[in-house]
Amino acid sequence: MIGDIDVTSAPPQGSQPDPTGNAGPLAGVRVVEWGWLVSGPFCGKVLGELGADVIKVEPPVKGDEGRAQGPFPDGIPHPERSGLFLFANLNKRGITLDVESVEGSQVLAQLLANADIFVENQPLSLINTLGLSYESLKGSYPGLVVTSISPYGRSGPYKGYSGADLTANAMSGLSFGTGHAHREPLTTPLHQASYLAGVGAAFASIVALLGRDLTGRGQLVDVAEAQVIGTLLTGYHLPTYIYRGVAGFRSGNRMRLGLFPNCVLPCKDGYICIDAPQMEQYRRFLDLLGEQDWMEDPRYRDRRAMSDQYPEEAEALIAPWFMERTKQEILEACLANRIPCVPVQTFDEVMADPQLNSRDFFSEVEHPEVGRLRYPGQPFRFSGSGPGAVRPAPRLGQHNHEVLGGELGISPATLESWSQNGTI
Amino acid sequence: MTASSSTLPENRPPLPLSRYRVVDFGTAWAGPMAAQLLADLGAEVIKVESRERMDGLRLGRPIVGDDIAGGDRGLWPELQPVFHGINRNKLSVTLNLKTDNGLLLVRELLARSDVAINNYSPGVLDRLGLSYQEVRQLRPDIILVSMPALGETGPLRDVLAYAPIIQALSGLMSVVGYSEDEPLVGELQAPWSDVVAAIHAALASVAALRHRNLTGQGQLIEVAQLEATTSMLGEAFLEYQMTGSAPLPQGNFDLAFAPHNNYPCSEPDRWIAIAVGNDEEWSAFCQALDSPAWATDDRFGTLTARLTNIAELDAQVSAWTRRHTAQDITDLLQGYGVAAMPVMNIEDQFIDPHLQERQAYMEVEHPHVGIEWLYGMPWLLSSTPGGITRPAPLLGQHNDYILGELLGLPAGELERLQGEQVIY
Repeated sequence: MIGDIDVTSAPPQGSQPDPTGNAGPLAGVRVVEWGWLVSGPFCGKVLGELGADVIKVEPPVKGDEGRAQGPFPDGIPHPERSGLFLFANLNKRGITLDVESVEGSQVLAQLLANADIFVENQPLSLINTLGLSYESLKGSYPGLVVTSISPYGRSGPYKGYSGADLTANAMSGLSFGTGHAHREPLTTPLHQASYLAGVGAAFASIVALLGRDLTGRGQLVDVAEAQVIGTLLTGYHLPTYIYRGVAGFRSGNRMRLGLFPNCVLPCKDGYICIDAPQMEQYRRFLDLLGEQDWMEDPRYRDRRAMSDQYPEEAEALIAPWFMERTKQEILEACLANRIPCVPVQTFDEVMADPQLNSRDFFSEVEHPEVGRLRYPGQPFRFSGSGPGAVRPAPRLGQHNHEVLGGELGISPATLESWSQNGTI
Repeated sequence: MTASSSTLPENRPPLPLSRYRVVDFGTAWAGPMAAQLLADLGAEVIKVESRERMDGLRLGRPIVGDDIAGGDRGLWPELQPVFHGINRNKLSVTLNLKTDNGLLLVRELLARSDVAINNYSPGVLDRLGLSYQEVRQLRPDIILVSMPALGETGPLRDVLAYAPIIQALSGLMSVVGYSEDEPLVGELQAPWSDVVAAIHAALASVAALRHRNLTGQGQLIEVAQLEATTSMLGEAFLEYQMTGSAPLPQGNFDLAFAPHNNYPCSEPDRWIAIAVGNDEEWSAFCQALDSPAWATDDRFGTLTARLTNIAELDAQVSAWTRRHTAQDITDLLQGYGVAAMPVMNIEDQFIDPHLQERQAYMEVEHPHVGIEWLYGMPWLLSSTPGGITRPAPLLGQHNDYILGELLGLPAGELERLQGEQVIY
C-alpha cells in the first residue's frame, strides 16, 4: 500500500488463483508459448514452474527445433529424447499446430483469446508474415501481454538480423572478455545468454501483467538476449571504459578488475577458484600457507598490482600449495579458515554436491522416453506454496485432445481430419 | 538521451510497479540489483544503509578520479559509478541497525512496505529480529525475499561466496575453456551469478505480489544464488546422465552449427561471430563468399561433414575473415541472412546505434559527478518502458521524506536521533 491506494482492492482481471494455494504464485495465469530452442521455451518453463498454465505450440511432425539438438542418450538423436528440449520444456502442456494454415491460425486465435501472456522467440520475418507481431495482435487482444524474445530485439537497426546464442553473446560484451588475451574470445557455454533472457522475459511479463491489472491493457515486452547481458553485466566495464579508457580485455583464468588472489588454478585432481578480496581473508590464507620467503618481499604486498601488473608471477607463488593438495583437502582447509576458495566442480560433482543435496535441489522426473532423470530444481522456495510436482516436457502433440478438444471444444472428427491433413 | 520524469509523455499509463514500496537491505550486487529491476519499472525502493554499515560498493577509492572528489575522502562513498548503476531510481535512509531505535524505525518502515529484499548471510535477519515470523506480525502480507549465497541451510551455508565462487560450485566454470586438453579458463569477466540471482529474485517478487493481490497472502521467499545459477544448466546435468560423461570445455564448438566461432578480422583484436546451422544457411554463407573452391569441397557438404572437419573449416573461414573488417563481414553476411555479429567490447556497445536506440546506456545527472552514463534498460516494455528518473541516492538523502513524512517523526525527534547516531 502506498498513500491511500490499497492495491489489494483492485482484483486482477481474468485469471483466478488456485484455491488450494499449493500450485504456485502464478496459478491461474494462462500462457501460450510459441517458442523454439532455448529462450522462448525457457521463459515458458519458468512461468510454468511458478504455477502458470503454459500451453506450448509446436509445428506438426518436426516439432520444436530443440528436439533435434542433443544431448541424447548414448548420443543417438531422437525427437523425444533431447536433453535440451526435455529441460527447457518442463512444466507445460504441448500441442501441435500448423500456425501457417487457415485452421491453425484460427485455433491460435482462440488460444490467444483465452491467454494472459503470449511468448514467442520466432524470427521477425515469420512473425510479420503471419500477422503475429504485437502491432497486429493488439487490436484483437487489447489485454494480451506479448512477450517477444530475440537475439537483438524487435526494434533498432539490427532487428531483422539473423542470430544465434553465439552472436547474441558476441553483442552482449561477455564473449570479448572471456578467454586468453592472445586467442579468440570464448562464447558463454551452454546457451546461457538465451536462458538468462528467458528468465528476464518471465520477470518483465509478470510486471506487464501487474500493469494490466491497473490499466486493463497489455503491451509488448521486447527482450533482446544480447541486451540483458549488455546492460546488467556491464556495471564494471562501462565505468572502466568511461573513466579509464579501457574498452575491454581478456585475462584468461584470472579476474583483472580486483585484488589478488582472484583466479582459477590447477590442484592435484582438478581446479580450484579463489576470490579473497578482504584483507582479513587474505591474511588467513597466508597463515594457511605458513611461512614463505616471498612474503617478506614488498613486491608482494600490493594486491592490486599483483592482480593487474604481474599476475602470473603472483600466481606462481601460491600455485605449489594447491598442486600438492586435492580439491577436497583444499575445500576443508579453506572452510575451516574462512577463506573464499572452492573446487571448480564438474557436473558430476555438482550432482553429488552435499550443499545442493542437503536442500533437495535436484528433482527426479519420470519421462516415458528417457525414464527417471534428475533435473535442477526450482531456485525459488516460497513459504506459501510447496515446490509442486514437476511435469515432464510434453511429447509432440501430447495434449492435442485435452487442449483442443476438451478446452476449445473442437470435435473429435475435426481433430481427426486435422491430424490427417497436417494441421495438428 | 536524458532520462527524467519531465520528458515522459503525459499520457503514459502509470508504471506497473508504481504502487509498491520495496525495502532494499542489499549490499554489493545480487540484492541491490533485484531491487533496481523493480525500481526501474516504478517501485518505490528504499535503500537502508548507515555509515556503520554502507553498501560494500560505496567503499574504496573511486574510479572517477580525485579531481571530481576535490580530494575530499569523505565524498568517496558518493562517487562510485558501479554503485550508481545498481542503485539508480532508489531512495536512501540511513538507519543504524546496531541501535534499538534504528531497528524500531526499520520495523515501522517494514510495516508500510510491500516487499523487503536482502542478501545477508544466513542468520543475520534472525539476529536483527527481522525474521519473517517477526516481520509478518508488523505487516501480515509482506513479501520477504532472502538471497543467501548458497542457502539458508546446508553444510556450506556459511561459505563466503562471491560470484566466481558460486560459478565454480555451480558447474558453469568447468566448461569455460578452449578444450578439455588445455588449462581451464573458468572466469567470466563479470559477476554472472549475481545477475542471474537478481533476475530470479525480482521475478519471484512480482509473482508473489500478484499472488498477494489475488489472495491477500504474503510470503517468505528464498532464492539461493547458487541454486539460481545452477537452475539454468540443465542441459549439462542431462548430458552427464544420458551419456555417462560430464561435459568439458569445448571452446566455441557446438554440435548444431558449423561454422560456429569467433573468427579473427583484419583489425587487431577484432573478431566476428559467425553461426551457420542447416544446409540452407550454409548455402547462403557460400554465396555470400562468392562460392570459393574450398566451400564446395565434399568435406564441407553437410553439417555432419563440416563438424567432422571443423578444424579445416575454421582455418578456411579464418583465412577469409582475416582479410576483412568485422563490420564489412557483418553487413555482407547479414545481407544473405547468415547470423554474424562483431564480438563487441564495451566501447563498441556504447557507440552502437542499435543499442543506443534501444536505451541500453542512459545518462542521468548526479549531484557530485555531474552527467554520468549508466547501463540502461535490459528489456523494453512498449507502453510503460520505465527508465532512469533519478540518480543513485546520497547516503541519507531521503531521511526527511522517509522518516518525517512516511513514518511521521517530528523534526525535533529526527535531530535527536541523529545526535544519538540512530539516524547515521
